[in-house]
Amino acid sequence: MVNYIWVGMMVIGFIVAGINGTMDKVNEAIFTSAKEAVTLSFGMISILVFWLGIMKIAEKGGLLEVLAVLFRPIVKRLFPDIPKDHPAQGYILSNMAANLLGLGNAATPMGIKAMEQLKILNGGKNEASRSMITLLAINTSSITLIPTTIIAIRMSYNSASPTDIVAPTLIATAISTVGAILIDRYYYYRSLPKGGK
Amino acid sequence: MSIVQSFSIWFIPFLIGFILLYGTYKKVPTYETFVEGGKEGFSIAINIIPFLVGMLVAISVFRASGALDYVMMAMRPLFSLFHIPAEVVPLGLMRTISGTGALGMTSDLIATHGPDSFIGRLASTIQGSTDTTFYVLTVYFGAVGIKKMKYALKVGLLADLIGFLASIAVISLLFYS
Repeated sequence: MVNYIWVGMMVIGFIVAGINGTMDKVNEAIFTSAKEAVTLSFGMISILVFWLGIMKIAEKGGLLEVLAVLFRPIVKRLFPDIPKDHPAQGYILSNMAANLLGLGNAATPMGIKAMEQLKILNGGKNEASRSMITLLAINTSSITLIPTTIIAIRMSYNSASPTDIVAPTLIATAISTVGAILIDRYYYYRSLPKGGK
Repeated sequence: MSIVQSFSIWFIPFLIGFILLYGTYKKVPTYETFVEGGKEGFSIAINIIPFLVGMLVAISVFRASGALDYVMMAMRPLFSLFHIPAEVVPLGLMRTISGTGALGMTSDLIATHGPDSFIGRLASTIQGSTDTTFYVLTVYFGAVGIKKMKYALKVGLLADLIGFLASIAVISLLFYS
């Protein structure tokens, strides 16, 4: 899908430029924007190095496990299908904690491990189970405490206050996560056979 | 300064301070660990370059040609009915498909409108508040061989829509009311 969008934007751009007579601007745009992309990435090095360095300390200190303990009661309610002390629970907890700290690289393997365990719980079928979809819903609307990359981009463009979007982002992401959980519940109960529990 | 803004400013130093003290308490070699993690951050920034170059070039060709203006003109009447700024609609759509594509669009919006403008703040919040549904779906279900995903896609996309609308509402209320 991304491939078509990407090619589409360029080709449509060239055609429209031909009709509009803006081909000179398009030529200029190709080279200035390529340069801008590299400048932007270099501008982000500073924040990404600093933040991932700090987060490595959190990870090594075992902060993920502490967060996992805090989340345990929530996870029990969100995933009623998972038996008590099943390994799937531990992976889900680590996945959520890593997402919260913005450790995408740590969150994904944990999420996949959790999915493997959930598949075993579901009898190894190639069909998504209730818990799998809940886990997915939480991940697509993942709550992140600090949107590091965005702050870096805002800094690169000389924002007067690059971090002033931290609180709005937290609120918006909390709303979308709660929304995701509610929608997940709605579709789950709708998918149950009529007259069932 | 509002409470929200001072929260945003205090939150990061507080979190960093807490992590450093916690690491010290847990006897983590803080400085060495920091350097080790920092190297990962460096490679992320470098790895992102080809994605950003590809996306930013495509977006700016689309914009410089005038094609984006036509799309905006066509969309504006419909979305202004719902008080949705048409500028961020392409970003909202891209956000569900490609994380780096959306990152390219966000930086383009911030560059064009300014980071502290309404559109700039809105783009920042939209980018930070949801994750790429199609990517998460492909990676998580693909890795364990799930073929029938049932209502998973619907849930993911509706959650994205909620995040998108919530971003507009939150930014409008906090900064412009």
